[in-house]
Amino acid sequence: MSSFYRLEFEKPVLELEKRIEASETRLTEAATANPPGEGTGSPEVESLRSEVDRLKQDRHRLLTDLYSDLSPWNTVRVARHPLRPQTRDYIDMICRDFAELHGDRRFGEDPALVTGFARIGPIKCMVIGHQKGRDTQEKLACHFGCAHPEGYRKALLKMQLAEKFNVPIVTLVDTPGAYPGLGAEQRGQAEAIAVNLREMSRLRVPIVSVVIGEGGSGGALGIAVADRVAMLQCSWYSVISPEGCAAILWKEANEQTNSAAAKALKLTARDNLELGIVDDVIPEPVGGAHRDPKTTAENLRQWIVSRVQQLRQIDADTLVRQRYERFRKLGQYTEQAESAGNPA
Amino acid sequence: MKTTARTWQDVKTHRKSAIPEGLWLRCPGCAKMVYRKHLEANLHVCPECSHHYRIGAAERVKQLADPDSFQAMFTELAPTDPLKFKDLKGYKDRLLAEQVKTGAIDAIKAGRCFIKGREAMLCSLDLTFMMGSMGSVVGETITRAIEEATRTQLPLIIVSCSGGARMQESGLSLMQMAKTSAALARYDDAGGLFISVLTDPTTGGVTASFAMLGDVILAEPQALIGFAGPRVIQQTIRQELPEGFQRSEFLLKCGMVDRVVARGQLRNEIGRLIDYSGR
Repeated sequence: MSSFYRLEFEKPVLELEKRIEASETRLTEAATANPPGEGTGSPEVESLRSEVDRLKQDRHRLLTDLYSDLSPWNTVRVARHPLRPQTRDYIDMICRDFAELHGDRRFGEDPALVTGFARIGPIKCMVIGHQKGRDTQEKLACHFGCAHPEGYRKALLKMQLAEKFNVPIVTLVDTPGAYPGLGAEQRGQAEAIAVNLREMSRLRVPIVSVVIGEGGSGGALGIAVADRVAMLQCSWYSVISPEGCAAILWKEANEQTNSAAAKALKLTARDNLELGIVDDVIPEPVGGAHRDPKTTAENLRQWIVSRVQQLRQIDADTLVRQRYERFRKLGQYTEQAESAGNPA
Repeated sequence: MKTTARTWQDVKTHRKSAIPEGLWLRCPGCAKMVYRKHLEANLHVCPECSHHYRIGAAERVKQLADPDSFQAMFTELAPTDPLKFKDLKGYKDRLLAEQVKTGAIDAIKAGRCFIKGREAMLCSLDLTFMMGSMGSVVGETITRAIEEATRTQLPLIIVSCSGGARMQESGLSLMQMAKTSAALARYDDAGGLFISVLTDPTTGGVTASFAMLGDVILAEPQALIGFAGPRVIQQTIRQELPEGFQRSEFLLKCGMVDRVVARGQLRNEIGRLIDYSGR
């Protein structure tokens, strides 16, 4: 655990964990010096054991406190935690018999978007998800989860394949944003995303989306026009990253302005739920998904299976109409009666 | 005695205006002095070098629609501050200041009109209002216009000029991209003709939604069109960007737009495309 990546706000937890580690070492030493046998252990072992228990309870309480009231900016940090599970991790944990499919048949293969048939519990589905990459090599190949137009076109191609065979679609969103680069612009990044938005709105199979980490703007939405959209508890979803927003509206991105922008953007799962942008928040274990990927994956699996099974009951026409209405009602404005004559 | 020398601070505010004021203007294209009246008579295109000045929605509608044919619609929609957004300035105050400055409610004009005698639904974003950014009102107006065009089987023309989705409405702005694109899917299913006109600048969430979904995409000369802004791209790739990168002519070469059309020809182009589609 000592090599575990640390977030700044988790420093008190680190202190506690050091003490737990020290006590545990002393406990092992004491236990080997006084091997159990005659009745109960020695008083020294007993007191050390209770100390370790007490410290562990403290740690649990501290983590619960910290994570129950994460600031928006700290939420962004948790969402970007290098050990946070990614699409391929979830595929390993919740999918069986994953048949990965590659390529957009136009330009190339983008590893930043993973696509393929899979089985999740009782359902067959098409899984589409952003992959940021684990080691340096994979991160570079995936451009840290920033997909190119060929990635979005590949995603659409596989979604249309799923539609052809009446297979529901599951998308996992985890991107800082679509890739901003020369080739991406030349090959029509904007067009690729726009076409995905239009085409996903009329696919005649159930689509469920989960923001598992970062939901950065159009790059996220490009695979998230779904019947049901959820966010993992410590993920973020917004029109722009806090740094991008701070650089434009606060004229500079630093610790303070990033934090202010994160708050203003209402990017947390709870905020997005209140705004009606997502339908559900999937809980993460105490201390975030990176501390307990298995439990997180199980929560994710349950949500996906239950929602897909619900949507399966709805006929295709109704499904597409309801998806349209879901997005149609988003937005807040007033409708004032005009002072001048209102044309009929 | 002190003279009242004007400082940069005094002049700056005037210089920042997107639409130039004053009798004579220095053209950013050829650096020559241009008489304002001549510029206006020439559709805000420099008579010397044909630099296309940025124009607001009112001027755009005036230029495209047949005289007095434009009937504004959905004007009852007004923005609110759903997130209570505050950066250096509150969104509410910013909105009010923009409304006072421009006399418009938000960054869009939409309505029915005739273009060279053909009836059409026309929308124009307004970059004088918060850089033409798309929040709930812009998204809702465009969606209603698309739905109305679907219902009445009218051709649809949307003139884009925008910095992208409006940050002050965050996720709700983002959702306008999905909303407008979904409405275009229905319009497409109904067989409608959508002509998207891209003008300087069209970037971000507007490009990545309805602006790039035209059945035919026209672009004004030299317009900046892209997903990410040039500065962001430069910071990402850390190389010099090629000459003319993200300009209309560059997009034409990349196969991303159908035609680059000078402002003076837009009405003709739209008219004949409507004729070819038979809508």
